[in-house]
Amino acid sequence: MIALYTLMEGVIAFFLIAGSIFALIGSLGLTRMKDFYMRLHGPSKISTLGVGCVLLASITYFSLLDGGPSLRELLITIFLFITAPVSAHMLSKSALHQKLARDPRTRGEPKEFQEDDEQTVEEAPQGDSKLP
Amino acid sequence: MLDVALKISVALFAIAIVLNLYRVTVGPSLPDRILALDTMYVNSIALIVLFGIWLGDRTYFEAALLIAMLGFVSTVAVCKYLLRGDIIE
Repeated sequence: MIALYTLMEGVIAFFLIAGSIFALIGSLGLTRMKDFYMRLHGPSKISTLGVGCVLLASITYFSLLDGGPSLRELLITIFLFITAPVSAHMLSKSALHQKLARDPRTRGEPKEFQEDDEQTVEEAPQGDSKLP
Repeated sequence: MLDVALKISVALFAIAIVLNLYRVTVGPSLPDRILALDTMYVNSIALIVLFGIWLGDRTYFEAALLIAMLGFVSTVAVCKYLLRGDIIE
């Protein structure tokens, strides 16, 4: 029984250290990258993984403390894993809408950057046709 | 072993929050600041969960869940405001 507790303590410590290192790397990416579109990668993927590891450690710890499964922290994990891509998508859409500057070596041209003059031409007849 | 691991991971999360705070203050554009604030929410959830492990208390779980929900809703609301100029149309 003592060996089981020692083993589980090692597992909890591993999850804690791994999660905090992941979160630190994500925040470091947020600080050090050059471009908003590059900076979006770190927090939206790696920080979420780090917090997931910490919540897994919490699940293990409280399960060991109770003597049975305590899965309430799984709620936060699932919620974070669902909402992080949604908020990253909204952030990238707002950045494309504001036409933020990007690194000149970026390949490809998103369509929000291409249509500058055509939008005003296209929107005018639509507005007329929708009038009753 | 668990005490040392808890202390190390609290320190690393504190450094991560300081880096996010730097991006909130300096960040050249508005989406940068929103992204840094969202990351600060996520890191503070982890800090609260770590504090709950430290004390062996389950009450802090609800605070973490509340922060997760409010952080997501506020991020989406501010992004919607930047996109549309209005939150609820």
